[in-house]
Amino acid sequence: MDKPIDAPTGVPGEKPSGKPTFAYIHFAACSGCEISFLDNFEKLLEIMDMVDIRYMTLINDNTEFPKADIVFVDGAPCLQSAESVEELKKARENAGYLVSWGGCSTTSTINNFARGGQAPQPQHESFPPIKRLVKVDAFVPGSPPGPEMAYNVIRAFVKGDTDYLKYLTSYSVGGWACGCDLIKDIVENALCIGCGACAFACPTRAIEMVLGRPCINWERCVKCGACYAQCPRSFQPVPLMDRMMEEL
Amino acid sequence: MGGYQGFGKYRGIVSARAADESIRSVAQDGGTVTALLCFALETGDIDGAVLTRKADERWTPGQLVATTEREIRESAGSVYALSPSVFQLKEAAREMALEKIAYVGLPCQVVAVRKMQLYPFGGRYVGDKVRYVIGIFCSENFPPESLRNIVEGYAGTPIEKMRKMYLAKGKFNVASDGEIRQVSVKKASHWAQDGDHVCPDLVAEYADISVGSIGSEPGWNTVFLRTRRGEDLFNRARDQGRIETKDMETVQPGLKTLEKLAVAKKANAKEAIAKREQMGLYVTRDMYY
Repeated sequence: MDKPIDAPTGVPGEKPSGKPTFAYIHFAACSGCEISFLDNFEKLLEIMDMVDIRYMTLINDNTEFPKADIVFVDGAPCLQSAESVEELKKARENAGYLVSWGGCSTTSTINNFARGGQAPQPQHESFPPIKRLVKVDAFVPGSPPGPEMAYNVIRAFVKGDTDYLKYLTSYSVGGWACGCDLIKDIVENALCIGCGACAFACPTRAIEMVLGRPCINWERCVKCGACYAQCPRSFQPVPLMDRMMEEL
Repeated sequence: MGGYQGFGKYRGIVSARAADESIRSVAQDGGTVTALLCFALETGDIDGAVLTRKADERWTPGQLVATTEREIRESAGSVYALSPSVFQLKEAAREMALEKIAYVGLPCQVVAVRKMQLYPFGGRYVGDKVRYVIGIFCSENFPPESLRNIVEGYAGTPIEKMRKMYLAKGKFNVASDGEIRQVSVKKASHWAQDGDHVCPDLVAEYADISVGSIGSEPGWNTVFLRTRRGEDLFNRARDQGRIETKDMETVQPGLKTLEKLAVAKKANAKEAIAKREQMGLYVTRDMYY
């Protein structure tokens, strides 16, 4: 039986936990980013200690999308599907803090290659990144992002760690991100130092370092944005690095 | 000890070298990094290390995941050219299934590794396998063709004949059999990659252990111990007789020389950043530290 939408989770009669609530909504994408989220393995238990998971296709069979303090949006909405666009708008309305989780919601990734014309809905052709339609509070590019990113973002949100989240709020991190951004924003601004972090981050191994610079294999690039986000010259999280050094 | 500017945070500074003569004979300076890595491999603190070495006669920098003492020793010495070795961390963790990896790189690469550990957009579960990050002091770096221009164009030494390159007293030294030719650093700097000009970090401020030569006597390293885990590894290697040390305050030219250069690099970076921003160019968020 479905629970009432805004009822607290847990056994009937139990008081609300007071934990922030979490929802995960899925648009056009494979399930890779959701699986990456689940690949937190035992750390999922820590995530469940930090937030109440109210809605998530693979682990919670709630049918209606509830209000939640933090919402992960996975995948790109389809402009030719009114239902999909309305669902996204509703997600924004229902979200305290909206995270564009993964490449498809952040940069559209392979949805950039959609041209429509395919059964069962040939008219479905436009799958923009979600920021074209709604305001996004944090972007996590990558196809999929490392599982640790889900844990890190949720922990930062719960702890109010704005130092961590502030680097994800920039629209340049969630921009039209692909190998082009490395050329346009890093190499063309004389910032590249040939470290190889972009090639490291690329999930399809589309980047080869030649003479210390990224060379992008455009046939392989899926436009997920991981390379630009991972580049130490897109942003340097100095306050976080300072904190990390204390712990090591 | 303390009160110095431009060194970042650290728990200790010491002058050090490998106790093993056979390491010192192939090392850039004191062989501290090579000795530390050999020790860590032997004790099981690491099961491999991502390193850079001279890959061919033309001094092309090659990246490798070293899993034997022999490979570590073969990677001793510096190549002053771009080596995109951060990529090899993925090979080490994914292809070779290493669990405890040491990484040796330049200050900018140390930042890349730290950022990857904090924000793993790509490369899942690699950051937690990086056990030690060892940073090498760096004033600037060169594209491979720049290096060739300096060595062959200025010093007049065919690059295949070069045995070692090193910076000392404002000179870029090209050593071949029987002679050392010098190029002023100012001349050589003309060929440095431009991305280095906004870098404020000479002494790898975010490494577990930072190692260079500036400040110590010839044949010795200046070593910053920055994290507890870095300090612990170093102390164990020293206690086991793998590393010899000297009090940094007793050696010449000493930390004042290093401080001068570290502060100058920061000042130059600040100026370069301001200039670029004035031109309307994008500069890395939080580039300066």
